[in-house]
This record gives sequence, structure tokens and C-alpha cells, in this order.
Amino acid sequence: MSFSWAKPYEPKSAMMKWLDERLPLPRVVYGAVGGGYPVPRNLNMWWNFGVLAGIFLTIQIVTGIVLAMWYYATADGAFGSVEHLMRDVNAGWLIRYAHMNGASFFFIVTYIHIFRGLYYGSYKAPRELVWMLGLVIYLLMMATAFMGYVLPWGQMSYWGAQVITGFFSAFPLVGEPIRQWLLGGYAPDQAALTRFFSLHYLLPFIIAAVVILHIWALHIPGSGNPTGVDVKDEKDTLPFHPFYTAKDGWFAAAVLTAYAIVTYFAPNYLGHPDNYIQANPLATPAHIVPEWYFWPFYAILKSFTVDFILEAKLWGVLAMFGSILLLFFLPWLDKSPVRSGSYRPLFRVFFVLLILDVIILGWAGGFSPTPVRVAVGQLATAYYFLHFLVILPLVSSFETPLPLPKSITDSVLHGEAAEAAPAGQKPRRGAVATA
Amino acid sequence: MLRFILGATGTLFAVVVLISFFSGVSAYFTNPPEELASEVFHREHKELRLASDGPFGKFDNAQLQRGFQVYSEVCSGCHSLNYVSFRDLKGLGYRDAEIKAIAANWKTPTPTINPDTGEPSTRKGLPSDRIPAPYANETAARAANNNALPPDLSLMTKAREGGAAYVYSLLTGYQNQPAELLKRFPDTKTPPNLHYNPYFANLNLAMPPPLKGGDVTFADGTPNTLENEARDVAAFLVWTAEPRLAARHAAGLSVVIFLLFASVLAYLAYRNIWAEAKRQVRVTGALDPENQAKARRAKSKSGITG
Repeated sequence: MSFSWAKPYEPKSAMMKWLDERLPLPRVVYGAVGGGYPVPRNLNMWWNFGVLAGIFLTIQIVTGIVLAMWYYATADGAFGSVEHLMRDVNAGWLIRYAHMNGASFFFIVTYIHIFRGLYYGSYKAPRELVWMLGLVIYLLMMATAFMGYVLPWGQMSYWGAQVITGFFSAFPLVGEPIRQWLLGGYAPDQAALTRFFSLHYLLPFIIAAVVILHIWALHIPGSGNPTGVDVKDEKDTLPFHPFYTAKDGWFAAAVLTAYAIVTYFAPNYLGHPDNYIQANPLATPAHIVPEWYFWPFYAILKSFTVDFILEAKLWGVLAMFGSILLLFFLPWLDKSPVRSGSYRPLFRVFFVLLILDVIILGWAGGFSPTPVRVAVGQLATAYYFLHFLVILPLVSSFETPLPLPKSITDSVLHGEAAEAAPAGQKPRRGAVATA
Repeated sequence: MLRFILGATGTLFAVVVLISFFSGVSAYFTNPPEELASEVFHREHKELRLASDGPFGKFDNAQLQRGFQVYSEVCSGCHSLNYVSFRDLKGLGYRDAEIKAIAANWKTPTPTINPDTGEPSTRKGLPSDRIPAPYANETAARAANNNALPPDLSLMTKAREGGAAYVYSLLTGYQNQPAELLKRFPDTKTPPNLHYNPYFANLNLAMPPPLKGGDVTFADGTPNTLENEARDVAAFLVWTAEPRLAARHAAGLSVVIFLLFASVLAYLAYRNIWAEAKRQVRVTGALDPENQAKARRAKSKSGITG
């Protein structure tokens, strides 16, 4: 697909030949994730997380379909149906806990995947559309996760739905009617629950479709790499299969081990105890907090406490949506021709600050709002916007990047003049590389 | 142009949030927030160790049976256990005949409908029934409890921060309101009908102390102190919240061992596949196999061993 030396598909059996002539599906698979997709040979472990996100999407769809077989989308029955599954259905607890913690792990690997892209400049030309499709997937994930959290109809489900749909009422005039239209009532109730269930079942399949576009767009220029230098010839690449299937494979097994440890031994650690209390519209929890993966955005929302031209609540809502939407402009905000952060000394400093900033925002958003926490969250919010919209463009204009390696192969050689054998072949006897 | 507009927008958001920051900071110093009694006198839950703790935890059936006895003789007067059926008690080690007897002799009969008249009626409990609630509905429960609603206990240890340790602390934590509290916060005297307990979030709860020690007589001779009763009923509520906990731990152990094994094998396969794709540079100088062979030959010729 991407490089001239990509091996074309050759059917190995008569049956595959027959199929390939009529429906070239094996050809597509071979070119996408088989031996026909050349990948830079120098990818490090941070490139494993895209495949992992795909694995967790699959886990969520499979466990979710089974959950839906036992779930009643009724305000009276939802909570009880989940408990019935947990207690009386064979391995029901496993399916439920796997789905609950699968969502958390889906976000963990996606966040690492996004920060990989931020550090190595994966959003830059010619991969802008890969980045933007990825952000669309992320937005769809957030909507899906929010609606899924409402379904068990616990206290945090209900009050989370109340708060999040309340965002819309921040907009003047049209806000309240929009909120009522979305909820199908004045407050979350049967109408909201049924439509959330319907959409929660639909959106993962839309995510899967956008994932296909994301991978399609990626395979036009091919994968990036830690040096950010373009692939120049065949020596710079290895076929996806068996090299990267093997690398992704063992890494996936290791991450699934971590996932199993949490699912089996601490399944409620990432959740909130209040969601084991059935929803009660008359009793507001002491602190309403979303799931951990929304904490940084929740902190941004809560940071705007003073009316200034617009109402504080509207500022908060605009800032929260803006904090994600601004990422769509990243390819044009960062003008540096150097992709990889490893060759950008100044950028690297600010990248570390950004990671700290997002962690601080998460801390500020996830716990009860003490005056100190609110103040720290406000400073972190200010830095978040300045980082992407002011600092990054300036850094990309003023920074002097380090010299780039001549090629990917060159970067792998660490100074040796030549290598004894091209990648994937045994070294010839007597071929001596000199330092 | 785009970068200028976006930069201005970012600065605007940063300025607005900094206005919030400075007004918050100045408000904090000009008008410091007052401390609340519930912030100062609320206590973290006590330590509680149970057999079900940790990744290898299993239930202690004798303790669960004692806890069930405390529930059925004391707690069940007000609190329901809506998600637990009599048949589930098999998990505590009761035999079928014992469960039948427990269900049939339960103090609240199971609600049913008279098949002849269609009117609401009651019958003796069966093992397949859920444990009947003490009150017919929320209104009845509130009417009997000064308008307070005793919560269902099935999920209590999962629904509170601290879990079983919180339940244990609450049951053993009733005390008189400290004099120091009334000195610092004179308006916060515990109202009549409420009871002071520093482990409860707002310090005053409607439930009177349910256990005082000596409330039940354990058949196995365990001393019926307040601490023992509270610990056993907390352990029982861990079981009601998650009867499959022991099965989860056992399954988890084999799954994790399997996955670790699979990870190691997959890692070795990865190393094997990549062995020839990694940078291939032949060693030179003294470590070159040819030079090493030469050195070995020279050594053996001159009679040096080793």
C-alpha cells in the first residue's frame, strides 16, 4: 500500500487463490496487518498501544453484548438486573467486572497512545487526518463511556447524568430546551435511560468504523517512528508480520495480565462506592465525581468560578469542550518541521510540564473541592490552554532542533559505518562492520 | 492568522481562569472559610482484618454463620437484605435441611397472593425466596423509624468508603459527644432522636446503637463482646455484597498464572523472531571469534591451560 517494496499477496492454497480472485479480502488483510505492510524497524514500546486499544475495544464489544443479554433498561429494574447478573448468573460477575475495568484500561492505553502521538509529533504532515480521526474516536469513546456509566442506575450514574446533561443548560436561551430534548424530560428518568442504552449499544460499532478509517489513513504514509525521519528504503522497514505481530503479541499478553490482576483482585478500586447505591433523585451524593478518566476535564469545568462577561458556568463548559477541540488544530499550531520530541530540547521540557499539568488537573478534579485544590486546578487550567495555544507555536518558531540522523537505519547503527547484514537476514561470514 | 486567533483564544481562557484564581485567593484571605464540626471531628475508619481480605482471601464460614446470626437476631428487625435468597446461605456452609428450616421459621413471612381470593397474603418462606424485608414499603419503614429509612444491607460493604472496616467502626463507634466539640461548635449539639458517632460522615445518625455486647449467644462459644459481634456481622456483609468473592479470587489466581506464562512464552517468541532483525554488527578485535580461536591455538601450543 505505502511503499514500492511492500510484498504483494500470494495465495498459498488453491482455496485462498479462488477466494482472492473473487473477493480480495485476504489481500486486504495481508496488506494491512500481514507481511505486506512495511513498518519502520526502530519502533519502541510506545508504538504498541494502538493495537492494545483495538484489543480493548474488542473486549468491550464482546463483554458488552453478553451484558446486554441480562440487562433491563428500566429505571426500576436496571440496578437489580446488574445485581442478578453478579450473583445468580454463571460467571456473570466476571463479565460485568471485565466490562467495568475494560473501560478503564481502554482509556489507559488510549491516553498513552495519545501522549505518544503528542511527543513524537504523530499529528504532523502527512498524518494530520490520522490524528484527527483519532480524536473523533476519543470523543466517541467519551460519549460511550459516559452513557455506559449511567446504565447501572446507581447514585453516581444518576447524578453524573444530571451534571453532564446540565452542561447544555449553561447556554443562554437554547440551553434548557436542548437539555430537556436530550433527556426526554426535566430530569434523567426512563426516557433518558432507554436512549442512553440504545446509543451505548450503537456507538462502539461507529467507533469500530472510525478505527478502520484511522488505520486506512495511517497506511497511506505508513507508521511514524521514534526519530521522526521518513522511511527512505527497504533497509529502514520490516514487514508487520511476523515482526510487529510478535512484538505487539507479547506486550498485549503482559498488559492483559495487569488487566486480569485488577479485574480479579481489585475490581471496584477504580469505581466509586456510591454507584452501589440505587439511584435516588431525592438524595444528592456529598461529592459528585465522574469516572477517573474524566477528572482532568472535570477540573477544567469547575475552575471557572467568577462571572466575566459570560456566566462562570458557561465559561467552564466552553473551556471543557475547547480543551479537546483545540487538539484538532495541533498540526497547524506546531510548525516545527522536526516531528520527534527527542530532537527538540525545548519542546521536551514543555512536554514533561504538560504531563504533570494533566496529572495535577486529574487530582484537582477527582477529589472534594477544597480551596487549595480549586486554586491549583485553576493554575493548571491556565497552563493547559497556554501550553497548546501559545507556548507550542512559539517554541516551534524559536527552537533550534538537534541534528537528525540521516536515516532510520543510520539511527539504529549508533555510529557503526555499515551493518553486516540487512535487517531480517543472517550476517554473512566475514562481513565486518568497522566503528 | 489561524495561529494568531487560536493564541488569542487560549490567552483569553487563561486570563478568565486566572481572574477566578485571584478572586478565589483574595476571598480565602479576606474571608477565610469556616471549619465545620464534621470536618474536624470526623474520624477515619478503624483497622479491620478479615479472612476474605487480600488476593488469596477466602470466607471463614464459622464467622459468616455468627454474622448471619447477628443479622437475623438484631439487624433484620429494621434492615432488609433484598438481593440475598435463603438458598444463597449454602455459601455459609449450611445444609439444605437447615436452609429449609431457616426459611420456614423466618420472623417475617414471605408476601404472596391468596390463590382463591386474589388478596395479598403471606406464606412460610422457601429456600428459593429472597429474604423478606422487615417493612412492606418505604412509607412503613419511615413511619416506624422517626422518618428515617434503614438502608438495605445487601451491598453495604461495597457502597461505603472503607467497606467492612467502615461498618465495624460505625457499629463500635457510638459515644457521647466530646465536650471539646461543643466548646468549639456550640450550635452542633446532637439533636434528640439522633446519635453521635464520629465515623458517620456528618457525625449524627438516626440509628440508635444496634449492638451493645451480649446481644446474641453464639453456639460455638465465641465471646459475645461488642467487637466480636460487630466484626462477625461486618464479615457477613462482605459476603452478602459479593457471595462470589472466593470464586473470583480462585479464578483470578489461575488466570494470572496462565497469562504470566503466556507472556513469557510470547516474549521468548518475540526475541526469537527479532534475533535476526536486530542490528547485526560483527564484533572486532579481541572479541572476534576468529581472533579468539587464534588465541586459543596459541595458548594450547605454548602449554597454557584455562
